[in-house]
Amino acid sequence: MDLDTIIQVLDSTIRLSTPLLLACLAGLFSERAGIFDIGLEGKMLMSAFFSAAVAFTTGSVWLGLLAGVAASLVMSAIHGLASITFRGNQLISGVALNFLASGMTVLIAQDWFSQGGRTPSLIGAGRFSEITLPLAETFRPIPVFGPIYADLISGHSILVYVAFACVPLTWWVLFRTRFGLRLRAVGEAPEAVDTAGISVTGLRFAAVMICGVLCGIAGAYLATGLQAGFVREMTAGRGYIALAALIFAKWRPWYAMGACLLFGFLQAIALRYQNIDLGAFTVPVQFMDALPYILTVVILAGFVGKAIPPRAGGEPYVKER
Amino acid sequence: MDRMPAWADAVLVPLISIILAAFLSALVILAIGENPIEAFKLMVEGALMKSSGWGYTLYYATNFMFTGLAVAVAFHARMFNIGGEGQAMIGGLGVALVCLYIPFPHWALALIAATLGAAVFGAAWAYIPAILQAKRGSHIVITTIMFNFIAAAVLNYVLVNMLRPKGAMEPATAGFPEATHLPTFFDMFGSPENPLFRSAPANVTFFIAVAACIAVWVLIWRTRLGYEIRAFGHSETAAKYAGISPTRIIVITMLISGGLAGLMALNTTMGEAERLVLNAPEGAGFIGIAVALMGRSHPFGVFLAALLFGFLYQGGAELAFWANIPRELVTVIQALVILFTGALDNMVRMPLERLFLALRKDS
Repeated sequence: MDLDTIIQVLDSTIRLSTPLLLACLAGLFSERAGIFDIGLEGKMLMSAFFSAAVAFTTGSVWLGLLAGVAASLVMSAIHGLASITFRGNQLISGVALNFLASGMTVLIAQDWFSQGGRTPSLIGAGRFSEITLPLAETFRPIPVFGPIYADLISGHSILVYVAFACVPLTWWVLFRTRFGLRLRAVGEAPEAVDTAGISVTGLRFAAVMICGVLCGIAGAYLATGLQAGFVREMTAGRGYIALAALIFAKWRPWYAMGACLLFGFLQAIALRYQNIDLGAFTVPVQFMDALPYILTVVILAGFVGKAIPPRAGGEPYVKER
Repeated sequence: MDRMPAWADAVLVPLISIILAAFLSALVILAIGENPIEAFKLMVEGALMKSSGWGYTLYYATNFMFTGLAVAVAFHARMFNIGGEGQAMIGGLGVALVCLYIPFPHWALALIAATLGAAVFGAAWAYIPAILQAKRGSHIVITTIMFNFIAAAVLNYVLVNMLRPKGAMEPATAGFPEATHLPTFFDMFGSPENPLFRSAPANVTFFIAVAACIAVWVLIWRTRLGYEIRAFGHSETAAKYAGISPTRIIVITMLISGGLAGLMALNTTMGEAERLVLNAPEGAGFIGIAVALMGRSHPFGVFLAALLFGFLYQGGAELAFWANIPRELVTVIQALVILFTGALDNMVRMPLERLFLALRKDS
């Protein structure tokens, strides 16, 4: 395997990790505040459709991004209403939202575009174009560093850089601001936050809405960055892989980036090579597909370090009277 | 004191939730420029007004009874088994192995063996998440989701590399032998003069599903184990105090739940396709969630809800065929049912409770 191949695989790793990373950080905010969210998949799907549809109709990818985020926020609002206001079961609400997205996107796509549940392909300003970082061509002749900078680090769409910038940002917000401290507290001991006179409902809604924005960006990246248009079920389980990454990272931002890069790498390998021949035996492609889930189960089982979720996760908060 | 009479809790709350879901579904149909009343007529026409329509409705309902019961049993122990889909896939593997490799003289023997195969494989797939929940505290919802994906990969591998006949392109097993053919409703009730249920896939498995409903009712409300499951579901600490082992209840409940989900494969794999294909459950494992929520985890409720979803599925197929409404409409309806009867339950319940309290004060 030469350097070019390695760079190509790593390059697609970064592209494939981006939606996972955004969705994973989205889940991080929500779950740190005590709201489980298995509806990441649905939010991404909804956003993917609306961003592609609006980007196609208006010809502007930025309006598409806004529409995608808005659609994802509506889903978040429903989740918040069900799980915070009406103290319903957060898992059931997430399941319902996933189905809602999977049905509604195809239904609306068929109604608007009549192309069998797709949007027309996006061209030109309807997509996020690749950004060439400064000096990329100047550095290219330098051995090793040149190609890495020019082909791997440079040449992605803006949302990729946004996603990776979100990692330190998330860390800073959660661990270095008052808002972040309260948000984490509300996921561990909401009664303490309530006693301190801070609104549990408000904080949890804020977290759920941040989750909506990030999922919205993730979906928009899928439909307008990674691919050119919406096709049915295009999220293809990425919301669940993000959830797996979140557990794998034990609800910590930097580790989340590591987990998403790892899972993105597995996807990139599975895309490029079907079965991997290791001489003595062959690793089937299905094993690569299942590996993120297997790793997550192993982590959950606590054989390799224990994943302990936020203590109040999944529990609706009932004010004592 | 109860805030609401029992009948209101069992009938009124779900009824209002379903009316809300139906109302929103009608709005969705309106929004895509179709007439909801016409659409409903088409669905009734296609699903209930001819015997072959019933044949499909009951076929789908059979699937949903199994998966609905699977979710319902777990709900009684306050566990959310979201892995019915994966358990049904692996159950299908059990059915396929039994049907392909054991020569049967008669379909009845094949059915008994396949029932065991489906239940054992489905239960085995639920066993690992169960034991991880019981011993290591890994959240059962997350592990069962992961196991759905792992099941899909396992099945894909087994079909492509092991069970696929030589030279075939499609990842599916060979057709099952003639002797394992289950009598369809047409074989049982139809005749050349009176072609009832012609070419519809409903088959003898339907009666197994009905029997499973009764068996689950007996289990939950008439046996010691059922009592322990319900006690554990109401309060884990109280159950522990009463000497009920949480590990035992979690594992046994999940085995029953997984076995029930696995049984679904009898209907799809042995009854309809007569071979094992990729993605045989086609989402029925998830519809079980809606069915169990709507049926209030009661076997009779599950039975009714499964019939309703069977009707929606067959009606939805008719809509896609005769009107410009994609099948995904059913997915939307399913989502709304789960949302209103599951997650937004309190939205309906709280005002009703207040209403009943006010009425009680007056009298």
